[in-house]
Amino acid sequence: MENLINLFIKSIFIDNMVFAFFLGMCSFLAVSKSVKTSLGLGIAVVFVLLITIPVNFLVEFYVLKKGALIWLGEEFADVDLSFLSFMIFIAVIAAIVQLVEMIIEKFSPSLYNSLGIFLPLIAVNCAILGAALFMQEREYQTLLEATVFGVGSGVGWLLAIVSIAAIREKLKYSNVPDPLKGLGITFILTGLMAIAFMGLMGFKL
Amino acid sequence: MSEKEKEPLLSAKNIKLFTAPLGNDNPITVQVLGICSALAVTVKLEPALVMALSVTIVVAVSNVVISAMRNYIPDRIRIIVQLVVIATMVILVDQFLKAYAFDVSKQLSVFVGLIITNCILMGRLEAFAMANKPWPSFIDGLGNGAGYGIILVVVAFFRELLGSGTVYGFPVMEKLGLYKIGYENNGMMILPPMALIAVGLIIWFQRSRNKNLVEKK
Repeated sequence: MENLINLFIKSIFIDNMVFAFFLGMCSFLAVSKSVKTSLGLGIAVVFVLLITIPVNFLVEFYVLKKGALIWLGEEFADVDLSFLSFMIFIAVIAAIVQLVEMIIEKFSPSLYNSLGIFLPLIAVNCAILGAALFMQEREYQTLLEATVFGVGSGVGWLLAIVSIAAIREKLKYSNVPDPLKGLGITFILTGLMAIAFMGLMGFKL
Repeated sequence: MSEKEKEPLLSAKNIKLFTAPLGNDNPITVQVLGICSALAVTVKLEPALVMALSVTIVVAVSNVVISAMRNYIPDRIRIIVQLVVIATMVILVDQFLKAYAFDVSKQLSVFVGLIITNCILMGRLEAFAMANKPWPSFIDGLGNGAGYGIILVVVAFFRELLGSGTVYGFPVMEKLGLYKIGYENNGMMILPPMALIAVGLIIWFQRSRNKNLVEKK
């Protein structure tokens, strides 16, 4: 139990998707203009990660890994399908995103409208596939561990996008040099925030 | 591609397709596509070059494939079709790198796989390949890959030079004798946040040269 909490905190703050690995930057930069929209997108990302990581974990564990197909019979013990993992992971993610899109459209049309194009783009949000690939690379052992890691990464991403959106809302009133307005200053801000987050790196949990 | 070179392949329009992404229509600094991988692989010049090359190949080839199929892809499932084409290409590139450049492949870690979700690919497929013939799409892919590559190489050059004192593994700073007179590497440059700030500065530089790109707000 204790190590699960550690893993959760670690994946939110120390291995933050945005500040430590730059994953999901495209939507991070494009949607972070208002806190409300970014909160919606952040929640969608957490939700998608909550579902896709366990599913991808099961796929990895029972189909893709070397020797994973042993439940089919002894002769499959040497089959290694891990080269297919990109394609399988992305297919799982695309299908689930489609599902989430339909659910949100049904239950919250206003959120659906404000997320607009970015909902289908969650499918190509690098944070989602990135989390799946990290899950594979770091070889989490149990389903629970993988899920905790997935949710933690999602919450970390949510935290990052909401805080940058809040800063950008305040930034409207400050006097930024013209060529730096918009994208440029957002990059530099993200950099500064990443430096702040690096202060947490030394923690051994 | 070479056997089709009968028409004016390098017409002014096609050349423009190639050069625009290098400058005023750059995928990273203007279109804001493909940031994630751009930042993570730029600690050293070598992985940056490999990454730039891989992305260029994947964009160009998948642009051609999608463009050739564009009239047969049903609109509703186009994203899945595009993803499958991209994923196939990326698997090929990944296996190739693992076979012939294992060290670099280890350094790039998950970022080769993340080419799939690199927004440059989806962006160019949606915006260009779905509406244009294969050859212009090919050039568009090359141009955007190269535009992406330029930013990667510039950022990686400065980060490697200032952070580790080398250029492509060659110890420039040591040969210049700078360490003897008290110069020290700026360890900050190796850390991830500096990539963001470096790209921010590039954007600043580019937009102050070209006022049309300044965002009006």
